[in-house]
Amino acid sequence: MAKTALQFQHNGRDVAIFVDGGTNLLVALRELIGDMTPKFGCGQGGCGTCSVLIDGELHLSCLTLAETVAGRSVETLDGIKDGPNLHPLQRAFADNFAAQCGYCTPGMLMAAKALLDRNPQPSRAEVIEAISGNICRCTGYEPIINAVLAAASGGRARA
Amino acid sequence: MPVTVKTFTNTHDAAAALSSDRSARYLGGGTLVMRALNEGDISISTVVRASDHAMTRIDASGSRITLGAGVTFARILAERDLGFLHAPARSIGGPAVRNMGTVGGNLFAPVPYGDFTVAMLALDAVVSVQGGLGGREISIDEFLQTRDRQTGVLVLAISFARPGSTDAFRYRKIARIKPKGGAVITLAAHLPVNGSRIVGARIALGSMAPTPIRARAAERTLEGRALDASTISAAAAAAVEGTTPGDNALASAWYRREIVGVHLRRLLSGQE
Repeated sequence: MAKTALQFQHNGRDVAIFVDGGTNLLVALRELIGDMTPKFGCGQGGCGTCSVLIDGELHLSCLTLAETVAGRSVETLDGIKDGPNLHPLQRAFADNFAAQCGYCTPGMLMAAKALLDRNPQPSRAEVIEAISGNICRCTGYEPIINAVLAAASGGRARA
Repeated sequence: MPVTVKTFTNTHDAAAALSSDRSARYLGGGTLVMRALNEGDISISTVVRASDHAMTRIDASGSRITLGAGVTFARILAERDLGFLHAPARSIGGPAVRNMGTVGGNLFAPVPYGDFTVAMLALDAVVSVQGGLGGREISIDEFLQTRDRQTGVLVLAISFARPGSTDAFRYRKIARIKPKGGAVITLAAHLPVNGSRIVGARIALGSMAPTPIRARAAERTLEGRALDASTISAAAAAAVEGTTPGDNALASAWYRREIVGVHLRRLLSGQE
């Protein structure tokens, strides 16, 4: 079966790949572009660890047909740090012990970034809602919520 | 296994492609079809898409509301004019699923999903479909009863009358995981009032049958009556009639039958 040419922006860089019909974006990112930061969890949209931003909106890359991102901007965890400097969310996750096994962390960080990009000072309830599609089996969520609140606008998050 | 992806700029061509190939499935937001492909569903060999803007149009300006089949739940949440639908839209998935999942796709979502469709059923919605031989409108009740045979048609839009008051439409989803999770049961009620009497009551239930169903016995207990304690008790007692829930990891059929009346009572009483 013929492959389809696909061009899109990956973390601000133009990329072009050939995909098989039906390939999901997660497979395209990991196997064809080599960006291993989005993880494969359930493949059903239930765990959120494959979360990426498409044109700034949070999406599940495992449920996104790769061809649908043609001409669009895809942002993954690999793109949020600034060279050797961690993104404030990454620093807050480290400082607040928000990563244990770390498997959910890429998705949690992208869900948190999607929230803070549109709402820099979220309430605790808004943080809980923002990460509600992401499952963590280690932390009990509290350190993650605290980390997002700590990262929000220099810690001036609303109660 | 690779599949053929066909993208069309208009819905007529997409509908023709869909109706001419039994192994073709329409891809909306991807939350159902991509999941099936990820799980290796070999019954799908062709994925059909349409980029027609009509599929993502919202017309909520008048008394009759039309939602394009490709409208996402996030867009419904962003529409102030659709405030009465925010509860069902917000009850679906997390933010990513709401950015992806669509009104049209939700019509095909199996138990324990399809919560938005429960709301649409309570609102007596009409589904606009395009088949190989042309377009038609079908009541959502009939659509759901024949859902297994509808995979070859393209759902274009869903329309319904705006409830007369904010109190006339009610929605409740019972889930074990909050704020996100598959439904134990889902309930929606539309209770138009003439004077103090209910006229044209609609109660819809999710996860109480293979597809969302109307609780017709409970509707009959409400018809022509005021929504007082005795009416609510009668509706709650009748809620389970005609239901055929199944067992799944979230709840047993027995449990669903036990709680449906309890939650209908709470819904009608306005309890949280």
